[in-house]
Amino acid sequence: MLRIENLSVFYGPRPVLHGVTLEVASGEVLGLIGPNGAGKSTLIRAVSGVIPVAGGRVRANGDDLLALPVLQRARRVAVVPQAVTLPPAFTVWETVLLGRTPYLNFLGQISRRDEDIGRAALARVDALDLAERRVGELSGGEQQRVLLARALAQSTPILLMDEPTVHLDLHYQIGLLEQIRSLAHGDGLAVLLALHDLNLAARYADRLALLVEGRIEAVGWPRQVLTPDLLSAAYQLPVEVIAHPLSDAPLVLPGR
Amino acid sequence: MKPRPYLLTLLFLAVAVALSIAVGSVFIPPADLWRVLTGRPPQEVSQAAVILLTLRLPRTLLVLLTGAALGGSGAAYQGVFRNPLADPYLIGVASGAGLGAVLAMSLRWPYSPLGLLAVPAAAFLGALLTVFLVYALARVGKVVPTTNLILAGVAVSAFAGALTSFLMLRSSGELHRAVAWLLGGSVVAGWKPALIVLPYLTLGLGILVLSGHALNLLQFGDEQAAQMGLPVTRAKTVILLAASLTTAAAVAFSGIIGFIGLIAPHIMRLWFGPDYRRLLPLAAIGGAGALLVADVLARLLMRPQELPVGVVTAVAGAPFFLWVLRRAKNQGYW
Repeated sequence: MLRIENLSVFYGPRPVLHGVTLEVASGEVLGLIGPNGAGKSTLIRAVSGVIPVAGGRVRANGDDLLALPVLQRARRVAVVPQAVTLPPAFTVWETVLLGRTPYLNFLGQISRRDEDIGRAALARVDALDLAERRVGELSGGEQQRVLLARALAQSTPILLMDEPTVHLDLHYQIGLLEQIRSLAHGDGLAVLLALHDLNLAARYADRLALLVEGRIEAVGWPRQVLTPDLLSAAYQLPVEVIAHPLSDAPLVLPGR
Repeated sequence: MKPRPYLLTLLFLAVAVALSIAVGSVFIPPADLWRVLTGRPPQEVSQAAVILLTLRLPRTLLVLLTGAALGGSGAAYQGVFRNPLADPYLIGVASGAGLGAVLAMSLRWPYSPLGLLAVPAAAFLGALLTVFLVYALARVGKVVPTTNLILAGVAVSAFAGALTSFLMLRSSGELHRAVAWLLGGSVVAGWKPALIVLPYLTLGLGILVLSGHALNLLQFGDEQAAQMGLPVTRAKTVILLAASLTTAAAVAFSGIIGFIGLIAPHIMRLWFGPDYRRLLPLAAIGGAGALLVADVLARLLMRPQELPVGVVTAVAGAPFFLWVLRRAKNQGYW
């Protein structure tokens, strides 16, 4: 379980996150939504410990995450970063095994067990057949799956994902989100998932948190958060919300 | 086809070592070579024994160690800076180490028994100051763009070079030897230089070889490396310290030799992939072989005179550098 308590972050003198408090239960996908610049990426980076926080705490199953050494942190939280350029000459297999870093000795020796876990992680995202390919040759969707596999190889109870579906076509978006949901529901991971697309968020997140200008404006079931009032205020644009004709999930349409 | 990186590279090194022992201004018949090397020199080959044991073997060892140091530290700099053009020569570390070494020499330290030990130490300090200065100058946020790195390297290198020239001109007398040294030629003959450099090199290269996994992580950027469990600042500092120690070991008695640290890691990466756990030892072995070959050429090209080996590596390396620059630009990464 991930608990973010009153987290504040500044970029220089400018506050980016104001006392954010959130909880992601094990087995749950919490969708983090909000306009550009609201602080979604900052929140994920702060929780993973790579930027300094001005105040607050992050707890992973009770441990004070930000007070732990990097290596211990990497055993509790894995991150799938937002579409990044990967060093193109590394193979998928080499890349996924890097996820085992927090468990290696100082010689960096990969054991049979590490390889088994790496293979299982690749299989989990249907990317076993990519193992020998170089990451530079992969499509955006394949790269994203490889990064997810690398995060899974870290064997953490908590997974942070920063817009993993960006640049993916509809087919890959749905495929990836199905996999993420089954990681939470099936394997019991706590998943914090920043998403741009409100309708995908409505369909694949168990609960949503709406982040606006560094503050959590609303947390709850998709139906509670995706309301015309909240969204119009957040995105500064008239918004209609209707029920999805098949699934009954909320469907967000820009008004007018 | 499964390439066998270590076998191929070691084979290349073995050939280079054999060439370096066999080739020189005096021809020694292979049979005599063998007799001396196996430790039973009869009377008639005593001249060959002297040449081999006091000149060629120590020189071969020193050149081998220097090449290994340049190849290994080049790979490490490229990895830490995530830049294919980082090379101890191009980023100015070699010049900084050279300045340190010349400073120690101009104080006439090398001519006292303890003084010889001070040369690599002074070179290490010079290398260390330079690498952190160049890094600080070239860094933009968290990345080190190629142009900045090279420009900062050129500027710092020119500055250190000017100070070095000044010191050398002031210390008269020894000028000729110092110039020859600076272009890549050993000043002190015999086994001493190689033996003094050996502990520095073992420590430096040893740490670098163990840093392969950390270097792999760093290729994904500082943030991802940290999220996978690497203490980034500590790892980078340790690697830069070790690489500078290694460079200093190379510069201390062999002068400033360019491009080996660029070429060796590059070719190894091209042939055997980017995995630094393998790349680092391979670049060291390949660098040793490449410098030995360059040294043999330096002995042959202008016989009976010798060229400084730095001239040979620059003639071969500068075009290679330009090719890498073009390639890096076209591929748009690194």
